Amino acid sequence: MRLRYILRRLANGVLVVLLVVVFNFVILRLAPGDPAMIMAGESGASDEQFIADVRRAYGLDQPMPTQLATYLGNVLQFDLGFSYRQKRPNAELIGERLPATLLLALSAFVLSLTLGVLLGYLAARYRGVVDWLVSVVSLAFYATPIFWIGLMGIIVFSIQLEWLPAFGMRSIMPVRGEFAKIADVLHHLVLPALTLGLFYMAIFARLMRASLLEVRPLDFVATARAKGATIGRVWRRHMLRNAFLPVLTMAGVQAGQIVGGSILVETVFAWPGIGRLAFEAVLQRDYNLLLGIFLVTSTAVVLINLATDVIYVLVDPRARPA
Amino acid sequence: MRRFAKAILGLGLVLALGLAAAPATAQTPRKGGTLRILVHPEPPHVVTALGQASGTVTIGGKIFEGLLTFDFGLNPKPGLAERWERSADGLTYTFHLRRNAKWHDGKPFTAADVVFTTQEFLMKTHPRARSVFSRVASVETPDDHTVVYKLKERFSPFLYAFELSGAPMMPKHIYAGTEFDKNPANAKPVGTGPFRFVSWTRGESLQLERNPDYYREGRPYLDAISFHFIPDAAARTVALEQGLVDQAQFDAVQFTDLERLKKNPALTIADKGQEFIAPLILMDMNSRRPPFGDKRFRKALLHSIDRNFIKDRIFYGQGKVPTGPISSSTRYYISDVPRYDYDPEKAKALLDEMGLKPGADGTRAEIKILALPYGDHWTRLGEYLRESFRRVGVRATVENTDPGNWIQRYTNWDYDIVYTFFYQYADPALGVARTYLCSNVRKVFLANANGYCNQRIDDLFSAATSETDEAKKQAAYDEIQKTLIEDLPTAPLLELQFPVVLNRRVHDAITTAHGPNDAYADAWLAR
Repeated sequence: MRLRYILRRLANGVLVVLLVVVFNFVILRLAPGDPAMIMAGESGASDEQFIADVRRAYGLDQPMPTQLATYLGNVLQFDLGFSYRQKRPNAELIGERLPATLLLALSAFVLSLTLGVLLGYLAARYRGVVDWLVSVVSLAFYATPIFWIGLMGIIVFSIQLEWLPAFGMRSIMPVRGEFAKIADVLHHLVLPALTLGLFYMAIFARLMRASLLEVRPLDFVATARAKGATIGRVWRRHMLRNAFLPVLTMAGVQAGQIVGGSILVETVFAWPGIGRLAFEAVLQRDYNLLLGIFLVTSTAVVLINLATDVIYVLVDPRARPA
Repeated sequence: MRRFAKAILGLGLVLALGLAAAPATAQTPRKGGTLRILVHPEPPHVVTALGQASGTVTIGGKIFEGLLTFDFGLNPKPGLAERWERSADGLTYTFHLRRNAKWHDGKPFTAADVVFTTQEFLMKTHPRARSVFSRVASVETPDDHTVVYKLKERFSPFLYAFELSGAPMMPKHIYAGTEFDKNPANAKPVGTGPFRFVSWTRGESLQLERNPDYYREGRPYLDAISFHFIPDAAARTVALEQGLVDQAQFDAVQFTDLERLKKNPALTIADKGQEFIAPLILMDMNSRRPPFGDKRFRKALLHSIDRNFIKDRIFYGQGKVPTGPISSSTRYYISDVPRYDYDPEKAKALLDEMGLKPGADGTRAEIKILALPYGDHWTRLGEYLRESFRRVGVRATVENTDPGNWIQRYTNWDYDIVYTFFYQYADPALGVARTYLCSNVRKVFLANANGYCNQRIDDLFSAATSETDEAKKQAAYDEIQKTLIEDLPTAPLLELQFPVVLNRRVHDAITTAHGPNDAYADAWLAR
């Protein structure tokens, strides 16, 4: 039963991803700009033959529906095409950038979820000064633009205090030793992950607090207390678990957002991820590369949402599909 | 025969000058070290023969070489060719190649590679090279180290086509019979240059190492060069200031940060090395759209612009106010042409003369400026033009687009005023003529978009291109420059010098007209 549910959701997901691809394909081609001309511009001269050659070589001379059909056909065979700009297969280009984005997005996600739940819990449980502090902090991070947090982080922690590196994923001077290499990447990860994560932490903290306060007057809490559970146990075992459900729903939605938010953070911190690749592809009208990136990111979002639903079912038996 | 002798003599002179200039550096070069260079934006690939994005040429220029390089005075110097001569009739060019040059995979570099590159590879991939090498009637290779080009008709700028971005030599044994732009070697390029490709971590850095088999004894001095890609402008400036990198050039340096960088005692800004490209900012006015068809209107606009302001306030002193359609560092430039001083009153008088009187709100005409979307300073230039025009009663609106859209609109003549920089490529026949020839009024990028057509100009350019007598060539270019500045189809705004910032520990990096794009065989790092 559960397997059938997952399979059905997967089939839906494939449909969603295909729709995303078709939609993006149309939108991209509606934007003015011709990749052949952009390449000609860089060579310092152009002629009709060059532009015709580029168009023919990459199928841009075909009618739009034919191009779309060819592209979809290739995608179904897991072929993302060839980047006419970068002269390399798109799958390779995306593949070498994906780990960096996943590392950044996952760290930010885990960080924001754990910190957010913890802060929300503390605020709801201890109220008073703690609650006030958490509210102020989360409101501040919620209201501040991500790029500003990033720039301030660079100014304070990289330029003034010189604690953390300002950009990149690795030091310019090569580091020796496997352990040192991992430490180097983690060192570089701190600022971008915090920058990206703090905003979402604020969301989770506020939601967690509100949800806990909502659960507190419910009957099952009183029952738990009446059967003799300690206050701490009631909060942690009974209330936290129940109050966590809305946060989980939100986390599923925000996971997709974090992937989007990482584009901005990757630019500020020179993080070599997929976001920057997408940004450059837009400017250069590298259509197939961009479509490949959309395909990969939308697949990721669909999978994350599916995972959220599955976890939801595991956590809350009431949500089990009939 | 005398011409032949003259060419050899000229070559000797160039070599002698080169030797004489050497002791001027005073310090003895030190071997070793890694030169760290910022490149922005990160190039799509580094194969110069497949595309000439700015980063591609800066990096690829150290892997791939041309037959010739050029000194600051645009005189040819040996590259992969050690000698060359032109026949008396100007139709035959003979290149004698280095005998000890090798590809990075160990195979010898031969005449067959040269013929393959210019007549096959570049013909498919490089429009600028194609326009030159399609003039070749036949190529002969009497031996492995001699290439003889016979031209269909005389083409005096021919030697300039053999520069590092115009005709980078490609290995025949790797590319022959393949689809050039899909060859796997593009990801691990094989050239003849002083540095070999090692690795490229996309989004981060690219590593080159010293080519131990380089044909010049004892060169290169550097052990390695690493290129770093940092998308954020502020972070790039910090990296220069903290000494994390040694050099940044072109778009890697933000004009607004130049004042700050100039104050840093560890850094210096190169004032040479762009003679070959000599970027000239032109304001292109679409003569098909009234009132631009009247040259008094075009002149009035130029008189309303304070070009010293553009130079000092928008480009932070990086350049020179131009006098005409040819940049002062390009061949055959003359300064003795009519001038357009900053004079709003004169501009208003010209507009009055045309009958463009100010309306009730002071407006004489309304026009649009298509801003160049290549960064803040270009947007500011558009805004400055708008304010200048407003002061003489011409109300302008600035239109903003993205690069793809901008190129499309410019190419399809969909603009009133557009401005951008044009590379001169040393000889006006290569970088200047294209903007003004009637025969080049075409809807392709960087052709004659403004629609100016003067048959006399076409005739003069064509005469100068086929002329081998320097005096006659100069006379043709004298008349071209005087006519074009009088007709003013485009208004020259600035001879731009792109910023090139170097740490003072870098020596002998900027030694040719190619500046930061040069191969860096002579560059070295002080301790």
